[in-house]
Amino acid sequence: MIEIDKISKTYDGVTAVDEVSMVVDTATITVIVGTSGSGKTTLLRMINRLVEPSSGEVRINGEATHTVAKTSLRRRIGYAIQGHGLFPHYTVARNIGTVPTLLDWSQEKIDTRVDELLDLFSMQPDKFRDRYPAELSGGQQQRVGVARALASRPDLLLMDEPFGALDPIIRAHAQKDLRHIQRTLGSTIMLVTHDMEEAIQLGDRVAVMDAGRLVQYGTPAEIIQQPATEFVAKMAGGVERPLRLLSLYPVSDIIEEGTAEGEPLDANTCLRDALSICLWSGRDVLPVVNEGVPAGRVTLAAIRARAEGPT
Amino acid sequence: MKSVRAAELRLSLPGLLLAALGFLALLAPFMTLAANRIVAGEGLTAWHLAGPDVTLPGLIAIVSGLILGLFAAWPKARLIGATLGLAGIVWLLSQSASPLLEGAGEYARVSPGLGFWCLLAVLMLVMADAITSLSPGPRTRIALLASMLGLLAIVLGTGLLSDLSIMQEYASRKDAFHAAALRHLTLAFGSLASATAIGIPLGILCYHGPRLRKIALPVLSFLQTIPSLAMFGIMIPLLGWVANSYPAAKAMGIAGVGFAPAFLALLLYSLLPVVANMVAGLQSTPEKARDAARGMGMTTWQLLMRVELPLGLPVILAGLRIALVQNIGLAVIAGLIGGGGFGTFVFQGLNQTATDLILLGALPTVALALTAAILMDVLVELTNPTPRKAS
Repeated sequence: MIEIDKISKTYDGVTAVDEVSMVVDTATITVIVGTSGSGKTTLLRMINRLVEPSSGEVRINGEATHTVAKTSLRRRIGYAIQGHGLFPHYTVARNIGTVPTLLDWSQEKIDTRVDELLDLFSMQPDKFRDRYPAELSGGQQQRVGVARALASRPDLLLMDEPFGALDPIIRAHAQKDLRHIQRTLGSTIMLVTHDMEEAIQLGDRVAVMDAGRLVQYGTPAEIIQQPATEFVAKMAGGVERPLRLLSLYPVSDIIEEGTAEGEPLDANTCLRDALSICLWSGRDVLPVVNEGVPAGRVTLAAIRARAEGPT
Repeated sequence: MKSVRAAELRLSLPGLLLAALGFLALLAPFMTLAANRIVAGEGLTAWHLAGPDVTLPGLIAIVSGLILGLFAAWPKARLIGATLGLAGIVWLLSQSASPLLEGAGEYARVSPGLGFWCLLAVLMLVMADAITSLSPGPRTRIALLASMLGLLAIVLGTGLLSDLSIMQEYASRKDAFHAAALRHLTLAFGSLASATAIGIPLGILCYHGPRLRKIALPVLSFLQTIPSLAMFGIMIPLLGWVANSYPAAKAMGIAGVGFAPAFLALLLYSLLPVVANMVAGLQSTPEKARDAARGMGMTTWQLLMRVELPLGLPVILAGLRIALVQNIGLAVIAGLIGGGGFGTFVFQGLNQTATDLILLGALPTVALALTAAILMDVLVELTNPTPRKAS
C-alpha cells in the first residue's frame, strides 16, 4: 500500500503540487491524469524522490520514503518513461539487467531474470537478448523499457507517459499487454498520462489533477458518472461519456435468457463494441457465447440503459 | 548495357581538377640545382633531369597515375593511380639526384622543386579522395597507414634519397635530429597527458557545475586566442620569476627558457579542446537515458562511469585528437625559446636561409601530425559505443 500524505512542491513560490493525499492499494493500477502543467509528473517523481517534496510524506508499506537513501529507494521502485530512456550502448539484456546489477545479483540470476521477462513480453530471448535498442522497433523498445522497470520485482512501478511515443495501434497493444502483465505479476502500478481514454482503459482507480490539486480520485465509472468538477467532466469526454462508460463493462454483466439470430458475441466483449455491432448490423438483439457455448443474449435496450448518466 | 558503361566511365570532378593541376605542375621545375646550401638554385623540369632511361619511366608513371585518378566509378583504380604517381615522382627524385650532382661542384645541392611538391600534394589528395570513397574499416585504415609509413621507411632507410640536400642536412646532424624528435614527442604527448589529467576532472566539474563552466570555458577560450609567439613570450618572464624566487623549482629544471615554458604553453593550449569536448561528450547522453538512470537508482558516479562516459567517449577522444594535432604543430614554436623539438631546425634554417634545414624540421612535424590524426580518428571510431543501425 502506498500512502501519499499531504505532499506539496513549490518552485520559487509557485506551487506545482498542492497538498495531495491519496492511498494506492497493492496490486492495482492507479492512473494520474491531467493536462500539462497540472503537476501530475511532479507528483509521480516525488514518489521516488527524483523531486524532493517541499512538505508532506510518502509511505510505502508503512515506511516513509525520506527515511531511506534515495538510491536504494529507487532501486526498489520500477521506473519507466515516455520514449523508453534505454541506454543506447547497452544490449537489451544489459538494459533489462540494470537494476539487478546495481543490486549485485549474480550474473546467472540476472540472465535467468532477463530471459523470463523477455518471454513475458513475447520477445524470444535468443533473438533479442544481444540486440541494441537502435535495432528494435518503437513498440519493442517500449516493452524493453517496461521489462527493465520490472526486473528487480519492485514493490511499485512508476510509469510516466509510457506509451506516449507509440502510434495508436501499437499503443492499444501495449496497454493490453500491461494490463495482462500486471494481473499476472500482481504489480502495483502508478501511471501518469494526459489521455483520459488511456486512464479509463487501464486504471483500477483514476486520479484527476488540475493546477497542482487532486480534484477527484475514484473508479473510472465514478469519474465518468459523477465528475466532481466541470474540469473533470470535460476531461471525462463530454459527449463521449456514455461510450466511455460502456467500454468499462463486459457483455456478461447484462446477459439475459433467450436466443437471437446472427453472428454471436463473446461474453467478454465490452458493451461499447456490442453497441457498435448492433448499430452496424441493424440488429436489436445479439446472441452471446461463453467460451464457444451459447450463454444467452444481449439487447440494445439493456445496453442503452447502462449508458445513461445520472438524472 | 550502354548506360552502365557510360556510368562506369564517368569522370570524377575532383579527379579532373587534380589531374589538371598535376599536368600544370609537371611544367614547373621538378628539381633545383644550387651551387651551395644557401643560394637559390636553378630549376629543372622533369624531362631535363637526366637521360630518357630515367625520365621516361618516371613521366609515364606520373601521367598514367594522374589519368587513372580520373575515374569516378573506380576508387581502387584511383588509389592505384595515386600510388603509381607517387612511385613515379620518388623514382625521378632518387634517380636524377646523383647525375645532377656530377660535375656541379663540391658544395652543390639538389632539392625537390615546386613541381615535385605540387605533384606530391595532388597525388596525396587523389589518394585521400580514393580512400574516402572506399570508406575502409578501421583495420584497413591502420594497414594502409602502416604500409605508407613502411614504404617511407624503406625509401629513407635504403639511402635512395641520400643525395638530396635535405638528407645531407640530416646526415650532418643525425644525433641532433633524433634528440629533437624525442623532445618533440615528449612536448606534444607530455603536455597532452598533463592536459588530460587536469582537463578530465575539470571537465567533469564543469559539467556538474554550470557556474564553474561559465567561468572556466571563457578563460580557456581566452588562452586559446593568445598568439602562440606571445604565449611563449609571456612564459619567459613568468617562469623566470618562479625559478628565481623558488630554488626548489629551479632545481626541478624550471627556467624562463627551455623545456618548461614550452611544455606549460602547450598544456594551456590543450586545455580548451580537452575540457570543452569533455563537457560536450558528457552532455551528449540523451536526457531520457539520464532520467531513467537516476530513476533506477544509479548514483552520480555510476551514472558517470556506466552511461555518460561511455556514451561521450568518441566526443572526448575527438577533443584529445584536436589537442594532440595542435600540440604537434605548436611544439615547433618551442624551438624559438630553446625548448627543443623539430622547431630547432626550422629556426636555425630561417636564420641561415637554408630552406632544406627548415624542411628538415617541418616535414617530420607534418608527417607526425598526419599520423596522429589518422590514428586518433580510428580510435574515435572504434570507441563508438552504439552500433550502426541495422537496416
